[in-house]
Amino acid sequence: MKAETLSGDIRAREKRAPGYLSSLGDAIRVIASNRLALFGLVIISTTVFAATFAPVIATHDPYEINIPQRLQGPSAEHRLGTDFMGRDTFSRIVYGARTALQVAIGAVLLGACLGIPIGAVAGYSGRWLDAVFMRVMDAILAFPGRLMAIALVASLGGGLFSLYIAIGVNSIPSYARIVRSAVLSQKEREYVEAARMTGESEFRILFFQILPNCLAPLLVRLSLDFGGAILTESSLSFLGLGFPPPTPSWGLMLKEVTPMLQIQPWAAFFPGLTISLVILAFNLLGDGLRDVFDPRQYER
Amino acid sequence: MLARYIFHRLLQLVPVLFLVTVFVFLIVQIIPGDPVLVMLGVDPETGGRYAEEQYTALKGQLGLDQPIYVQYYNWLKRVLSGDLGLSLQSRRPVLDILVERYPATIYLAIVALATGLLIAIPAGLVAAVRQNTAADYAAMGYAMWGVAMPNFWLALMLIVLFSVKLGWLPSIGYASPLESPLKFLQHVFLPAIVLGTDLAASLTRYVRAEMLEQLKQDYIRTARAKGLPPPIIFVKHALRNSLIATVTVVGLQIARLLGGSTIVETVFTWPGVGSLLLEGIYSRDYPIVQGSVLIIAVTYVGINLIVDILYKWLDPRIKLE
Repeated sequence: MKAETLSGDIRAREKRAPGYLSSLGDAIRVIASNRLALFGLVIISTTVFAATFAPVIATHDPYEINIPQRLQGPSAEHRLGTDFMGRDTFSRIVYGARTALQVAIGAVLLGACLGIPIGAVAGYSGRWLDAVFMRVMDAILAFPGRLMAIALVASLGGGLFSLYIAIGVNSIPSYARIVRSAVLSQKEREYVEAARMTGESEFRILFFQILPNCLAPLLVRLSLDFGGAILTESSLSFLGLGFPPPTPSWGLMLKEVTPMLQIQPWAAFFPGLTISLVILAFNLLGDGLRDVFDPRQYER
Repeated sequence: MLARYIFHRLLQLVPVLFLVTVFVFLIVQIIPGDPVLVMLGVDPETGGRYAEEQYTALKGQLGLDQPIYVQYYNWLKRVLSGDLGLSLQSRRPVLDILVERYPATIYLAIVALATGLLIAIPAGLVAAVRQNTAADYAAMGYAMWGVAMPNFWLALMLIVLFSVKLGWLPSIGYASPLESPLKFLQHVFLPAIVLGTDLAASLTRYVRAEMLEQLKQDYIRTARAKGLPPPIIFVKHALRNSLIATVTVVGLQIARLLGGSTIVETVFTWPGVGSLLLEGIYSRDYPIVQGSVLIIAVTYVGINLIVDILYKWLDPRIKLE
């Protein structure tokens, strides 16, 4: 029985080379059996759901100011209490999911869209192009990530686009490295030779034949980066360098109630708890995906 | 062999430091619009009043009328001779201000590092030795949660608990450890716990994984066969070898510490380089911003260099890339 699954496993791995759909199917099965990863997936789905249907889920207008009811604790009227202007914390957290996901998606896409081609071209062409690209990547890695984000936002100003850049730039090297080593390990394989013989263009070989093979470690990276992007966005907003008020951003919500910490700690508790849970969810999912794919064969 | 490695590693530093200086230089260049007006605090849309002489003087100090590579060259030449410019706010040399603020950051980092190791090593050890027990799950739960939790939130919650509710510790402030060590310990406690938790959360996993790896090795079986008591096997044999691999991770984590300490320093009004950076940003004092970023980045690069050499020295089997 055990030997059978083992050989089946090997066969599945061998099959993966050109087609990756079977491994995605495997992924879903394994994730479903990993309780922690499943928990992560549930939290992420809830967040996406909240962001999509925010107007339906929110109990109040997230911008509605109600000074007489400011800084309240959780109650039937305000499930998670109110902030220093009497705005409903629950509704602002729900709308904050939009802000968080919006920034995370943009930043992660920016990092991936720049990192993947850089890594692919560096690995495929080799020689000086490889050396130059990789030294630049090393230099980005040689910079503390959060510091770079803070410095970039300080210069570019707040707002969506500069947040994309500030957060996304940091993750370029990790994508480039993953893709580069995958390309290096694949470019001498037979199926690449075969594709070359049939006269496929180098571009098509690189992006349609080789690249799908490093989808697995990329997915792991993507999931972890999502959590990281949300953490950086909330840190920047907490410092007042992200979105301007009254945007419902989790980090900004925390910043706004910090001076009133003595009066109403709940107002700071729930936004922070939300950030932690969402980041935890992306990390758990990333770990689960890593267990599925074992990216150690590609990294470094 | 080690000397060659150090030489090679120093060579690698050249492009990295070059790009770090380019980045720091560009902080001012990528300010949208006219950086001089931004630094003078003039809103580009509504406009504002400023003295013409002030404008020309600042523009001259920044050398913005020259081609960009000339500007970089001149800037780098000044930086290498220790001239980081004048703070736009206090009109004092940036270097003097950095020298004043740097020690506080280093003290905090050292205490935080010690706190992190004090949590991570026992937690990782126990988790590995008692794998798949409640202790293991607790340690891993702490590790997962600690990585996910934003450190500024932990900081706020600890302030609520220890300063507001219990009144045991001051929430903000600083005292030099050289002048009043006791007061320093009181003030450093909360920020160090926050940064230490951040550090320990990721370290615990590495210590545990490395320990599990070591416990499978033959020399452990030999030690057991010899009849050595388990505590000696775990601590003297397995843990010691696990920590070698952990050194690199500690190095990488110090980076997080330095980047993350910006926020923690700000929350606790700790007078280090991190809070200086933010003060610089808030008051658009770009020479201060550039100086703080430069010093943090150079410290980071330096620590990584030391850690790599240390690692190589601890474990000579590591091959040069």
